[in-house]
Amino acid sequence: MIDLITSLLAITMRAGASLVYATVGEIYTERSGILNLGLEGMMLMGAVSSFAVAYYTGSLVLAVLMAMLVGGLLALTHAFLTVTMRANQVVSGLSITLFGSGLASFLGQRLGPAENSHYLVGLVGPKFTPIAVPGLSQLPLVGPIFNQDPLTYILYLLVPAAWFYLYKTRAGLELRAVGENPRTADAMGVDVVKVRYLYTTIGGMLTGLGGAHLSLAYTPGWSENITGGRGWIVIALVIFAMWNPARAVLGALLFGGINAVQFRLQAAGTNIPAAYLNMLPYLTTIVVLVAMTWWEALSKRIGAPAALGKPYMREEK
Amino acid sequence: MRIVFEKRQSISRKAQVLVPVVSLLLSLVLGAILLALSKANPWETYVAMAKGAFGSWRNFSETLVKAIPLMLTGLGISIAFRMQFWNIGAEGQLVWGGVAAAGVALFWADRIPAGLLLPASLLAGIIAGGLWAGIPATLKAWIGVDETLTTLMLNYVAILYAEHLYYGPWRDPHGYGFPGTAQLPPAAWLPRLGNTRAHLGLLFAIIAAALLWFIFKRTRWGFELTIIGENKTAARYLGIDIGRNIVLALLLSGALSGLAGACEVTGVSHRLQQGLAIGYGYTAIIVAWMAQLDPIAILFVSILMAALMVGGDQVQMMMGLPAAVGLVLQGLILFPLLAGSLFTEYKLKIIRGREKATTGGQV
Repeated sequence: MIDLITSLLAITMRAGASLVYATVGEIYTERSGILNLGLEGMMLMGAVSSFAVAYYTGSLVLAVLMAMLVGGLLALTHAFLTVTMRANQVVSGLSITLFGSGLASFLGQRLGPAENSHYLVGLVGPKFTPIAVPGLSQLPLVGPIFNQDPLTYILYLLVPAAWFYLYKTRAGLELRAVGENPRTADAMGVDVVKVRYLYTTIGGMLTGLGGAHLSLAYTPGWSENITGGRGWIVIALVIFAMWNPARAVLGALLFGGINAVQFRLQAAGTNIPAAYLNMLPYLTTIVVLVAMTWWEALSKRIGAPAALGKPYMREEK
Repeated sequence: MRIVFEKRQSISRKAQVLVPVVSLLLSLVLGAILLALSKANPWETYVAMAKGAFGSWRNFSETLVKAIPLMLTGLGISIAFRMQFWNIGAEGQLVWGGVAAAGVALFWADRIPAGLLLPASLLAGIIAGGLWAGIPATLKAWIGVDETLTTLMLNYVAILYAEHLYYGPWRDPHGYGFPGTAQLPPAAWLPRLGNTRAHLGLLFAIIAAALLWFIFKRTRWGFELTIIGENKTAARYLGIDIGRNIVLALLLSGALSGLAGACEVTGVSHRLQQGLAIGYGYTAIIVAWMAQLDPIAILFVSILMAALMVGGDQVQMMMGLPAAVGLVLQGLILFPLLAGSLFTEYKLKIIRGREKATTGGQV
């Protein structure tokens, strides 16, 4: 039994890392009042670009930087369209996804070497491998926590830091103020436009990194639709985490856990339809949304950004 | 010197026409650069795409096959968007339409007279799509739950359920393990145009567009929906029941997407199978938005977007280029269009010296 749980945790954590990156990123974006539905496109672009860079340069560091650059640029486009040009956030985000997934698919069939008829599919490149912490990784139950790839270890620092920054620093306070009430934040002397640009871009960089974890660590290599809809799951996880970076881990583990359990159930030949298990995260999210709206007061305490999705026009009072 | 956006007195007609045209041209230029960078001849690619989508009646009919679901879902979405209800759940509503139509055609064929099987299937699809959209609408109207997120989540529930059906209980026992239901009885097949795959759904889309045009231009209900979208406070003053209208409008919105799914199943695939949820519901959001929610324009924009998809498939077959080139172009049209739509409502004003901006916001 302990072995089973230990191995479930190992699968869960591997599956969850990319989700945590993107969820923390989108939490920061949404905290500034911008909803970015372009996650799926940004993750795919992060995955394809980082794999291509890793394949040709052999450098995983460059690959990760590339994923962050590409994710950041796409998010910057979203920020420009929604903040400066005041475009509809839903439509702009969907456009990023449409464009990003189209371009990722295109590049996946053009960036490869001639001998593979320009395809990236099927190539083997450098990848992140788990590094076991001597001793700790042998522990029962928690062992897998200490046998992860470097990108996952970075999360052990990133998540607490993201939480601390958001709740315990002046900059974090300003970020939350902009998402809650941009007019008041503006009056306090916070540059709303700058804050929205900054955190939307940071969110895109983290999402791109999440994509890189897929093509460099979780399922090394490039394949069409490598994200399998993770970009959309993240939108659900952000709500599930109630816009708190610390809780993002729980959501990602829950979703990764469902995947892992399902894998086990199938292996054991049980007959519970996988569909019902897979629906759980989405149904839970709807329940969370309903509950949050129902108890308006609760929603204030758990911090759904009140100005989420609303453009800020300084002149229109 | 500063540059500010100044709100126009009225929406600029010139910008309304100019912005989409310039956006299309710009996307073709950007696309050409991308193609040239990846060592493909942009001109040849575009010619091949255009030929692939419009070159012959056969090719054009394939463009129509893809345009029909975009038209129906696009029209459905436009109703919701007019009230500023961000229904991004058309994909799930379409899937439910397909599931319900297939269910009726497969399992009630012996209870329903053959002549009525097709209408019954389509009706089932319409009802299922409408009810599925009714869930987020009711949550919004009663409790105020944000519809963007609920409609999106419900897509996944619908898709997973449909997959469960055709991988599980509805799977064709004689299908050699192929994930899909058995073929629908021919009585439930939607008539096709000539010997192409384009089907009667085209007529439904045209009728629906005309009907919506009439509703929004000529009826009190259309007026109410428009007011709700433009100014909720004014709507309340006028005594309009916002909640009831949201639910009614969304039932209609979902019904059209449901019809799209029912037409896909009865008109194209003749069974419920993988490939129903391929993103029509998302592309249609962009269609509705590009057409500025105008029902007649939605028909033409749908054909344009479908042509990019079919054209993409064609260059893959003929030139070995990735079919995704069509998707990339779709995306590329949108960015200048999104940026440019600001100019229909605002104009740029350059302010020199100390002159004060009266209504403009600093950028």
